[in-house]
Amino acid sequence: MFPSLTQIFSTLFNGLVTGQITGAIVKSLGRIFIGFSLATIIGVILGYLIWKYKFIEDTLGFVVTALQSIPSIVWFPLAIIWFGLNDFAILFIVTIGATWTMTISASSGFKNVPVLYQQVARTLGSSGLHFIKTVIIPSSVPQLLSGMRIAWAFSWRALMAGELLGASDGLGQLLETGRALGQMDLVISIMIIIAIIGTIMDHVVFLRLEKNVQKKWGIQ
Amino acid sequence: MYVQIKDVHKSFLKDNEQMKVLDNINLDIEKGSFVSIVGPSGCGKSTLLNLIAGLDQADEGAIYVNDEQVTKPGPNRVVVFQSDGLFPWMTVLDNVTYGLKLNGMSKDKAEEKALEYLQMVHLSKYVDSYPHQLSGGMKQRVAIARALVMEPDILLMDEPFSALDEQTRMVLHHELLKIWQRTKVTIFFVTHNIREAVQLSEEVIVFATRPGRLKKVFSVPTSKDGIMPDSVTMHIEQQILDVLQSEIEKVLKEEMGSDYSFKTNQLHRDHSDSMGSNI
Repeated sequence: MFPSLTQIFSTLFNGLVTGQITGAIVKSLGRIFIGFSLATIIGVILGYLIWKYKFIEDTLGFVVTALQSIPSIVWFPLAIIWFGLNDFAILFIVTIGATWTMTISASSGFKNVPVLYQQVARTLGSSGLHFIKTVIIPSSVPQLLSGMRIAWAFSWRALMAGELLGASDGLGQLLETGRALGQMDLVISIMIIIAIIGTIMDHVVFLRLEKNVQKKWGIQ
Repeated sequence: MYVQIKDVHKSFLKDNEQMKVLDNINLDIEKGSFVSIVGPSGCGKSTLLNLIAGLDQADEGAIYVNDEQVTKPGPNRVVVFQSDGLFPWMTVLDNVTYGLKLNGMSKDKAEEKALEYLQMVHLSKYVDSYPHQLSGGMKQRVAIARALVMEPDILLMDEPFSALDEQTRMVLHHELLKIWQRTKVTIFFVTHNIREAVQLSEEVIVFATRPGRLKKVFSVPTSKDGIMPDSVTMHIEQQILDVLQSEIEKVLKEEMGSDYSFKTNQLHRDHSDSMGSNI
């Protein structure tokens, strides 16, 4: 049941060349791109509402904390009933897996905008949408970025679980195919790919963005 | 009168108790004058500045700047705060043009004007730097340029130099006076530093504390360079200190307990004269 290292690498190489694995990567990345973007947008909007309105903070703010503690795969049975066993169900759990943590990061980011910046902007005449665009959002960029980094990790896990259970394609489904055929070399190849993509996103994309912001702001 | 403060009262809620911070403040400031307010910490001088800025609302009374009642913050009343408050995500130039662009000036024109004011504070070499690359004094200079570039009716300064070291402060005093003489902007300057107030301003208002009231107004007749104290300013400093002494003592007694005495030549004696009786 343990394939040799050479066997794994040849399967990995063949999969990439023939398009079996490459196609699955493209499909999975497409899903996570949509789900993660939705989660980020919804999270920032909810975070804004929680920051802005006290009664939303008292109601939704509390619920969000509770919702965040539900692993997103737990939503899958409901998602199947609502949307059927298709892409929508998977997108739903990918989105919902990342939304709550993004909401919490965004609202705490907005809450931590220094009063001084807000007073400066207001005395210079800023208000409304301009105020949010030029002060609130840029000032919370460091926290939004670290929120996105965690949100991405959550949605990446949700995506793999969802695809494993109910997709017709994607990396998770290829993992399931490998299991069904008893092809452990394929399973391990996919695991390697999942780890590589996860590392690239975390280290190359998010960590680099955070470092750039820190450098620009002078935070050591 | 250019700036009119009429019967202003302000209270804050502290521990479910109304605490009066400003009690019936009446004050007129002439156009082009440089007025300072000194007083012990917590006397409400910064609160008064916030009211003029429109960052806070008075409970009673009204404030008029250039015949317009103050209801909200606006670019005709810009504040220079104790910390520079520069946006760290913008370059020096973007920080200074922020208010101009916001009020509808074109990018080219705003940058041209910003450069002119950055030159006035001797920072034209640093237009493309980010705030963290500048020293504390330079940052405060940028903050002053950002305020002045709006050509406000009144420039409000809330202890702007108190976080700086002595040398930088002296240089900035000198520069601020030069800028004031050149632009003839009206300046309202809040500080706890008596020397600073006397050396810079034409008029020094001493605030009484708890609740904040106007205690006494001094006018400073001497010519100003912002660096050297002379016999006239020294004399006024001493007078202000005498007025303030009782106020400072009041605050300290409230904070440290009633047996605190500020004056060093007055030794406090426990009249019961019973050492150890409370053990």
